[in-house]
Amino acid sequence: MKLDPKIPSGPLAEKWTKHRNDIHLLSPNNKRKHKVIVVGTGLAGASAAASLSELGYNVEVFSILDSPRRAHSIAAQGGINAAKNYQNDGDSVWRLFYDTIKGGDYRSREANVYRLAENSNYIIDQAVAQGVPFGREYGGLLDNRSFGGAQVSRTFYSRGQTGQQLLLGAYQAMMKEVHSGRVKMYNRHEMLDLVLIDGKARGIITRDLVKGTINRYEADAVILCTGGYGNVFYLSTNAKNSNATAAWRCHKRGAAFANPCFVQIHPTCIPVSGDYQSKLTLMSESLRNDGRVWVPRDKDEKRPPNQIPEEDRYYYLEERYPSFGNLVPRDVASRSAKLVCDEGLGVGDTGLAVYLDFRDAIKRDSKEVIQAKYGNLFDMYQNITDENPYEVPMRIFPAVHYTMGGLWVDYNLMSNIPGLFVAGEANFSDHGANRLGASALMQGLSDGYFIVPYTVGNYIADEDLPKVSTDHKAFDEAAESSTKIMDKLLSIKGSKTVIEFHRELGKIMWDKVGISRSKEGLESAIEEIRALREEFWQNVNVPGDANYFNKYLEFAYRVADYFELAELMAIDALDRGESCGCHLRDEYQTEEGEALRNDKEYAFVSAYEYLGVNGKLETKLHKEELDFEFVELKQRSYK
Amino acid sequence: MSLMTINLKVWRQKNAETPGKFEDYKLDEVSEHMSFLEMLDVLNEKLIKEGKDPVEFDYDCREGICGSCNMVINGRAHGPKHKTAACQLHMRTYNDGDTIVIEPPRAAAFPIVKDLVVDRSAFDRIIEAGGYISVKTGAAPEANLIPVAQDTSNDAFDYATCIGCGGCVAACPNSSAALFTGAKIAHLNSLPQGQPERDKRTIAMVNQMEKEGFGDCSNYAECEAVCPVGISISAIAEMRRDYIKAIF
Repeated sequence: MKLDPKIPSGPLAEKWTKHRNDIHLLSPNNKRKHKVIVVGTGLAGASAAASLSELGYNVEVFSILDSPRRAHSIAAQGGINAAKNYQNDGDSVWRLFYDTIKGGDYRSREANVYRLAENSNYIIDQAVAQGVPFGREYGGLLDNRSFGGAQVSRTFYSRGQTGQQLLLGAYQAMMKEVHSGRVKMYNRHEMLDLVLIDGKARGIITRDLVKGTINRYEADAVILCTGGYGNVFYLSTNAKNSNATAAWRCHKRGAAFANPCFVQIHPTCIPVSGDYQSKLTLMSESLRNDGRVWVPRDKDEKRPPNQIPEEDRYYYLEERYPSFGNLVPRDVASRSAKLVCDEGLGVGDTGLAVYLDFRDAIKRDSKEVIQAKYGNLFDMYQNITDENPYEVPMRIFPAVHYTMGGLWVDYNLMSNIPGLFVAGEANFSDHGANRLGASALMQGLSDGYFIVPYTVGNYIADEDLPKVSTDHKAFDEAAESSTKIMDKLLSIKGSKTVIEFHRELGKIMWDKVGISRSKEGLESAIEEIRALREEFWQNVNVPGDANYFNKYLEFAYRVADYFELAELMAIDALDRGESCGCHLRDEYQTEEGEALRNDKEYAFVSAYEYLGVNGKLETKLHKEELDFEFVELKQRSYK
Repeated sequence: MSLMTINLKVWRQKNAETPGKFEDYKLDEVSEHMSFLEMLDVLNEKLIKEGKDPVEFDYDCREGICGSCNMVINGRAHGPKHKTAACQLHMRTYNDGDTIVIEPPRAAAFPIVKDLVVDRSAFDRIIEAGGYISVKTGAAPEANLIPVAQDTSNDAFDYATCIGCGGCVAACPNSSAALFTGAKIAHLNSLPQGQPERDKRTIAMVNQMEKEGFGDCSNYAECEAVCPVGISISAIAEMRRDYIKAIF
């Protein structure tokens, strides 16, 4: 396996422009002879499909949900970053680039991140032109808010529903192209395999989730926009249907999986309440603009929070990180919450929560101002917990939220399989070891609107792509292998449900491959995952059959893939003998308990090659060394 | 934490062609903190262990924003809580021993897929007919060149917040999609960016709504009462006003 990142030469600020000038174009009448498959309709998928169709390609789009508008990008709350510098606070493309690469703890590519920052401004223009109702000032111009990890206000928002509004903008742009006839939409279709012919991605196998049929689609290129794999942990802020199967099956066909251990644990989520819990709900990071995070100073504190006087409150973020305070990056905030809970200072029934308190903000700005900013989040919180956050502090705890790791891609967002492109959270490319808030929406749309439309065109222009038929034996083989997995799962008829297995797997991952990791913990996690996987394949109970709508069968094959991916995540976490960003190894910390990087040995992207599963996951590690030409690697400090 | 016994009457239907019926189930030890959908998860785990077919229902985000869930609970789309999607409903709303009736949203334009799952692709086709502003990627002007008064932007947002669940259709005695369609029309037509296509959009979307087999609006306002995000029926007034203006 050869991994060439194909980063253009030249000064950082000129690389993308130069690359766009250099890449090959297809004439409009040639574009319409080509077909591109887009899998997933979140921000990356919908924006890519719309943009490619506008250029003239035939596009086939697949969503596992009943409508493309429901993809989980819809749930992003807080906002989207852009380097517009509308606040005149000194922001620039360079600063957004620098904050993002520093926020990612220097484990991402300079060239990719710089391009992301450059594209950020065009995304805002595009969204506004589509009618996305961003928050505005009285004068009618766009408003901004601050987000963690930055000292400027560069976050554009639509109340607490920024993801929804941006996704609907992209969805509507795509539906406009469905109307034009160039986009064909397949709802409730799940990609089960990638079809390779002559070493190139030439099609996919899907399951029609309503009829249960296995279908074949051929194309000149495939763009995977299927999101992240946070649901490995069972409990996460991801939607229940978000899954890694399409990405994992591409990995099994040869696509390298990069940085699998980089998982973001979001600091502000509603804590777990019981065993029946099916998912965790995020409270936007934007709340940390006005909310103050604290725990009681005394372990044995019994008073209700509102009766605890100032001197008995431990505002641990403000005390430990005076210059960023409550706005430290997500990894630092999550780790700090875990630390104070480990010290026994946690609050609530389980002791696994900290307070996020709006008392002072309400006193300063009035309840109305706070309501205008966060009303829907406060309502959501009250709905779930039955507590009124205007009167008592919220209880929050970290939860799995986003995966920075994903399929390896080069500068063109193409995987090591020619013709397989990966965009949005599904790739690994821009966030390094930690993603800053309001950057996921930016990356999904940058990839979909402004990168793949160019780079896919370049690939199609350069490659010899003879017509292929879905009767080709590669399609037969992939269709059979997908069917075989389902038949096997349905035949076991064991005694434990898929959800029971998934919950157990999630617990191993949360305890040992979660906020902090150790050599011993990871080694035992790997053993436990293997043992549980063995048991899964002997004893899982999947109801019904494959010939009709059967959600538990879908869950079963997704969980089967999680069992392999989980092991890879633990292997990667064990291999990475340093702490960086969200990856905190107990053995590698500064004296102050901060992540201690080892740039000499670990300034690389880990990219794994799949070799099979035989009791254990057989895998081969490849390394893409990261060169830092333009920024100086520093110990991150938010003090 | 208090635990309850809950009796369920759930609509079971194999597919659109086969007639369906209610089945009775009894669940013990339902926690008040469970969400409504988690209660159904527990039911399904029990059914799977008993070798029975679990109940199919649509869900995804479980945060009230994706619009997947839209079951009718005791005759009301999304259940009894105002401005609350079914996934955000919690069992503390109910009492020990209660009987809860759960049905799919019923409308000719939403054929049943299985049990509580329906096909809402008619909504996508209404958007496809004109629910967008035609701006190609790359063709957008600098964002602050188009100032939008804060009030206008807020009003547009209030309409744009529709989650496309179809609760409005389920609640309407006519199975009208006027609130859904009106919300998108009012969102886009209220903004300066939406003006060039205003008439064309309104006519195309209204025509598509009729073509899909949704009924007409008779101002019952049941749609607004059940809408989980509180879209106002003023959206329907906006749609009608713009439609009349557009056809003359």
